[in-house]
Amino acid sequence: MQKHIISALVVNRPGVLAHAAGLFSARGFNIDSLAVGETEQPEFSRMTIVIAGDEAILEQVRKQLDKLIDVVKVQDYSNVPHVERDLALIRVHTSVGRRSEILELVDIFRGRIVDVSRNDVMIELSGTEEKIEAMLDLLRPYGVREMVRTGRIALTRSARE
Amino acid sequence: MVRTGAKILVESLVEQGVEHVFGLPGGAVIALFDELYEAPFKIVLVRHEQGAGHMADGYARATGKVGVCIATSGPGATNLVTAIATAYMDSIPIVAITGQVKTHLIGNDAFQEADVTGITRPATKHNYLVKDARELGRIVREAFHVASTGRPGPVLIDLPGDVTAQEVEGEIDTAMQLPGYRPSAGGHVRQIQKAAEAINDSERPVLYVGGGVITSNASDELRELARKANTPVTTTLMGLGTFPETESLSLGMLGMHGTVYANYAVTNCDLLIAVGARFDDRVTGKLDGFAPHARIIHVDIDPASIGKNIEVEIPVVGDAKKILGDLVGLVEHRQREEWLGQIEKWKRDFPLSYGLDGDVVKPQAVIEEIYKVTDGKALICTDVGQHQMWAAQYYLYTEPRTMLTSGGLGTMGFGLPASIGAQFGRSDKLVFLITSDGSLQMNIQEMCTAAGNKLPIKIALLNNGYLGMVRQWQELFFNRRYSHTYLGDKNPDFGKLAEAYGATGILVERMDQVRPALERAMEIDDGPVLMDFHTAPEENVFPMVPTGHAIDRMFSGLA
Ligand SMILES: Cc1ncc(C[n+]2csc(CCOP(=O)(O)OP(=O)(O)O)c2C)c(N)n1
Ligand SMILES: [Mg+2]
Repeated sequence: MQKHIISALVVNRPGVLAHAAGLFSARGFNIDSLAVGETEQPEFSRMTIVIAGDEAILEQVRKQLDKLIDVVKVQDYSNVPHVERDLALIRVHTSVGRRSEILELVDIFRGRIVDVSRNDVMIELSGTEEKIEAMLDLLRPYGVREMVRTGRIALTRSARE
Repeated sequence: MVRTGAKILVESLVEQGVEHVFGLPGGAVIALFDELYEAPFKIVLVRHEQGAGHMADGYARATGKVGVCIATSGPGATNLVTAIATAYMDSIPIVAITGQVKTHLIGNDAFQEADVTGITRPATKHNYLVKDARELGRIVREAFHVASTGRPGPVLIDLPGDVTAQEVEGEIDTAMQLPGYRPSAGGHVRQIQKAAEAINDSERPVLYVGGGVITSNASDELRELARKANTPVTTTLMGLGTFPETESLSLGMLGMHGTVYANYAVTNCDLLIAVGARFDDRVTGKLDGFAPHARIIHVDIDPASIGKNIEVEIPVVGDAKKILGDLVGLVEHRQREEWLGQIEKWKRDFPLSYGLDGDVVKPQAVIEEIYKVTDGKALICTDVGQHQMWAAQYYLYTEPRTMLTSGGLGTMGFGLPASIGAQFGRSDKLVFLITSDGSLQMNIQEMCTAAGNKLPIKIALLNNGYLGMVRQWQELFFNRRYSHTYLGDKNPDFGKLAEAYGATGILVERMDQVRPALERAMEIDDGPVLMDFHTAPEENVFPMVPTGHAIDRMFSGLA
């Protein structure tokens, strides 16, 4: 099933997130990820929602979201040029002698080491979902101890004349 | 000038033109009720908060204005929830005000605390927890605006006790701040054009009309359109009254307990014009079999309703009144002799019908008699069950806002409080409640409210001794195993109960007593009358489409 990115500009009020989340569960929409944060205007937040489903489901998600009083604007990024990113923090086991291999990988993927201990390192990596998945595949053999991801965030590219 | 939150609330309600508030006090709203003691509008004291909610709802349905109810925190507020959900499902504008524990106690499991905004979030169009009395004026304005515009619905304002008591100095800006709320209005010109072309091209059109036409006060435009385009009209339960059922273009109600001719017309039409209706499963039956040969136009103010259950060729988003009005100007009159002739034949071949059985009181006959004694001009409220369907079938509705019923949620216990709200809102109207022994007992405490206020509501209790609609399903689909649906031997003497509440009770056990009882009831105008009709216990509602079947697969029970 195709994945879609929906971006919703919402009024920054308590309850908005609960309202949106409640709507998804009540209507049986399957959400892959949901990221929320402030925008350039403090009175608004932006929610980026990744959802798998057909056109009909997507349409309902869009319309139902738009119906919420505190939702100002809903955009479907499927056919719009946009930039999308996912941020991951990954703690990987580093056995003696293999640390440099890992550092090399981090370098290739343009990640950063943000924490080091005797037995593991924490890697910060941002990029598209594919890039993060690819990195994870390569890291798994070393032993991924813990991981957290923000879920996708996205913003449209500015129109070029 | 210094005002408390309570004072601001009362002033805001006055500004909204509120004339009736239904409620019951408690600790978290005691200061608010102190202010209400001198409010310039009527406070109707209920006996259960669910009653207050349904009264506000019935008031709104009968008048088109926003209904208002008030309850205390915790149990008072949770008692409102069924009524709020009922209003939500039927898109009825009410504003519910609930007390809440003081702001510093919120989240502490304080006495009589409940997360009311959390509980009601999926059943309200919007809700608010007020944290500062300076926001209250704006919030009340927004609440009334949101409740009553677009696709209407309930809005809840949760009001902590300290905010009610908070003192606020000076004038405050109460301008609405709703950047995310822009209900659609006009309807796209091109779409309206397309719809008109489809109507003009159609040989066998049917208008399928729901409660949205009542909400938008579009009955006049609907009637004009139907007559000009010479198009038969079927309505949902919620749409009864939008088109006069006394006219030959009327097909009555469609769906599970609709008329045979309405369902046949929809099944055979080549164009279905849905207006303010939402293709509910009680209407459509099996979706593949619903209007299978038709192009579909769907006019609705809620974009999310369009294309939700069925694919639509010509969506028109906007207010029905405006769009129907525009369509009137664009459609042509066509004879459609063959189609209308076919419909007349179906009407002759498959009329609504029931059998008589000597002295036994037939519920359908009672409703037909009510229709006669009221000249078809009563405002009918119902509860939920068989009696509701008979009330839909056998009373002919000719005006909007004269059939109040819980359609979407199907809430037993709706009827009595809704009829009280309706009577307060429309003191000029003859209000008839059609109910049964199961439903009436779900909010019977409001007999006290009705009698105490000397409301001349006529209560026709179609007392079959059963949770009849469930019993009917048990009879038809569960081998007559009447598991826990028999009430008869445990029912109270409803007439005496009515008398105990200070109302009049009349017992009716034979057919020949029906008319005299109704005539006597019509004479009493200083309080409620309850007519306890002991009706045929195992009467069934027909026609009926079993769930999951196409709507032309009906059985009549008589064949
Ligand atoms: C609050 C509530 N509980 C249960 C039901 C399920 N239900 C639907 S119809 C019905 C029977 C209604 O009985 P009664 O009010 O006596 O009406 P009748 O069918 O006998 O006319 C029941 C139990 C409901 N609709 N609402
Ligand atoms: Mg009954």
